[in-house]
Amino acid sequence: MTLTAAPGAGERTTRKDSPGAAPRTRRSGRLRRIGLPYLLLLPALILELLVHLVPMVIGIVVSFKELTQFHIRAWDAAPWAGLDNYALAVDFHAPVGEALLNSFLTTCLFTLLSVGSCWLLGVAAAVFLQEDFRGRGFLRTVFLVPYALPVYAAVITWAFMFQRDNGLINHVLHDRLGLTDSPPFWLIGDNSFVTLLVVSVWKGWPFAFLIIMAGLQNIPREIYEAAALDGAGTWQQIRRITLPSLRPVNQVLVLVLFLWTFNDFNTPFVLFGRAAPEAADLISLHIHQSSFQTWNFGAGSAMSVLLLLFLLVVTGGYLWLTSRGRQATDA
Amino acid sequence: MRRSRAAAVGAVTLSLVLTAAACGGGSSGSEGSNEQPGTLTYWATNQGASLEVDKKVLRPELDKFEKETGIEVKLEVVPWSDLLNRILTATTSGQGPDVLNIGNTWSASLQSSGALLPWDAENFEAIGGKDRFVDSALGSTGVQGRDPAAVPLYSMAYALYYNKKMFADAGIRKPPATWAELVETGKRLSGNGGWGLGAEGSNLSNNIHQVFVLGKQHGADFFTSDGKADFTSDGAVAAVKQYVDLMAKDKIIAPGNAEYAQNQSLSDFAKDRTAMVLWQTASATFAAQGMDEDEWGVAPAPVRSGRPGPGTATNSMVAGINMAVFKNTRNIDGAKKFVKFMTSDEEQVILNRAYGSIPPVRTAQRDPAFATPALAVLRETLATSAAALPQVPEESQFETVVGTAVKELFADAAAGRPVTTASVRAKLEKAQQQMPKK
Repeated sequence: MTLTAAPGAGERTTRKDSPGAAPRTRRSGRLRRIGLPYLLLLPALILELLVHLVPMVIGIVVSFKELTQFHIRAWDAAPWAGLDNYALAVDFHAPVGEALLNSFLTTCLFTLLSVGSCWLLGVAAAVFLQEDFRGRGFLRTVFLVPYALPVYAAVITWAFMFQRDNGLINHVLHDRLGLTDSPPFWLIGDNSFVTLLVVSVWKGWPFAFLIIMAGLQNIPREIYEAAALDGAGTWQQIRRITLPSLRPVNQVLVLVLFLWTFNDFNTPFVLFGRAAPEAADLISLHIHQSSFQTWNFGAGSAMSVLLLLFLLVVTGGYLWLTSRGRQATDA
Repeated sequence: MRRSRAAAVGAVTLSLVLTAAACGGGSSGSEGSNEQPGTLTYWATNQGASLEVDKKVLRPELDKFEKETGIEVKLEVVPWSDLLNRILTATTSGQGPDVLNIGNTWSASLQSSGALLPWDAENFEAIGGKDRFVDSALGSTGVQGRDPAAVPLYSMAYALYYNKKMFADAGIRKPPATWAELVETGKRLSGNGGWGLGAEGSNLSNNIHQVFVLGKQHGADFFTSDGKADFTSDGAVAAVKQYVDLMAKDKIIAPGNAEYAQNQSLSDFAKDRTAMVLWQTASATFAAQGMDEDEWGVAPAPVRSGRPGPGTATNSMVAGINMAVFKNTRNIDGAKKFVKFMTSDEEQVILNRAYGSIPPVRTAQRDPAFATPALAVLRETLATSAAALPQVPEESQFETVVGTAVKELFADAAAGRPVTTASVRAKLEKAQQQMPKK
């Protein structure tokens, strides 16, 4: 109970410390031991509160309020709606709930396909580039280009390429190769799901490639050499050495890709504008539309809270399952 | 020790929550003050070919205002895609500009937020009186019976623009005046890579403007007189179907137009691929696309009778930009002076000439600059056959949900799926159920 000094005092004490300085008093030693970590954490704590926790709490409060254009100016005084916003969001027989469910299922399928494709491409490219050969450095750089480009500029370029009448995609598929009877639409109608998937995988797989490549560097070459001496072929080496060794890397990679893809807002918004086609109505854009286009911020917040709960449950479940599996392996 | 640490964390948390609460304030009902009489912040909408063009048009005028009054105006031209969200953020935080431009169709929605200064008799007196403005423009300044939330600044109207070369090549001498004529003319012009009419099927606002006018022609309003959504009336369904049928049934709109939302139809028009467009004040865009004024003609948008007028002969919505003052401005007198300046006869002529729009101020409208054939059509339309979009607080939601329904119907038409009265009604039904309950 002797610690009453302000954080600044701890800072001064710390600064005075230098090799060869007089022996520290017990008091300053305790200050340093106990106060300093908290002092160092303070900026992060403040930012975390400002950027994440406070808005999140406000969002949760708003989800219980009837916040429309009539109350936006004094949103804190908007009338309470109880569970009405949640009831509206989960009433799957009414248009709002039905559209939300449709958007949720679309997002699930999209995430599954996108993350799966990104991972597969990432692993394939990383394994392929493990062997030393001429041009490896060039390929590694080229593969990372989509990751290095600004998202907005890249996606808008895709939007141009996917235009039906003037886009490059149809020019190649229809005009040059004659693969279609008539030029298909990519930015409206059912094909928009494919468009979204292509752009998402193009954007996401270099990250998987980068992480897996880093993971591969940590696998000792001797294990492969030993396996080769024992007669293991390439496929067996990948299955028995590479993939199990990448397990911790994959665990984080898949989780991060899942969260990014599930919440992706930029890609559909830049591709399709304010209102995405039904087939490509990802949940983040859907919630944005419910909040900012129809000015029903209460309902939009309720949808966001439901999404947050879903992601927390999935993430928690995933981490629990993967850590269990890992413990079993370690044991 | 544990207690002091908890206290420190608690203090930080509390201060942050209080800061957040203060940010979200702006709930006071104040009517502005004069704490900062020397400056004004002004958010202008993007009217010209680019934000830079707008700055070039506006800056000399703002400097003129500063010379007259000593008030410095900080200008920011806000792109349309950002404007509504920026206004909403400013409304929530109370940290907005002093004066801003708004799309006139948003007037009632923004009025209901209570963030804008009401233009009562006294405020109107400060800028020269309400009578200076054209009635149709005043009709788009807020809910009827309440003090307007904004003052008209630039007026625009829809008209039928036609490509003279394509008309001449097809041997067509005059633009169509009725829908039947438009379809017939369009069919003659469609084929060999050319199309009769252009549309922006993925532009929600444009969809709304078109079906609103057709709704008027079918005697439908999309809202009941007491402000309730009424999207599924026979007239509303017929209007939406008629518009989408121009692609689905009449086949005078290219299927590719279903995904247009960035004025691509105007680009097609300038490249002689599309013969007609229904557009508001397109002259500046045509010029930017490299078209000379004698390459295109302009006629009133079609009506069933061929003679535009009020009621079922309405052939345009009242399009335009309004000027509003944020209620919590710190330079209320300066803001009113600025609105007075921008709506003065002289500035109205200068600015509307630069943007190819029509002054909503009666006296300025008489200037010879607005007597060209193209502008005369727009002026006449505004005076006699244009109607304001429903002035209800839910107008913004209406644009989103019905605009999206029309976009989806265009996607069906483009994909060759049938567009029937039943399918149109189903989409509009869904749109109506998405509107907030009153």
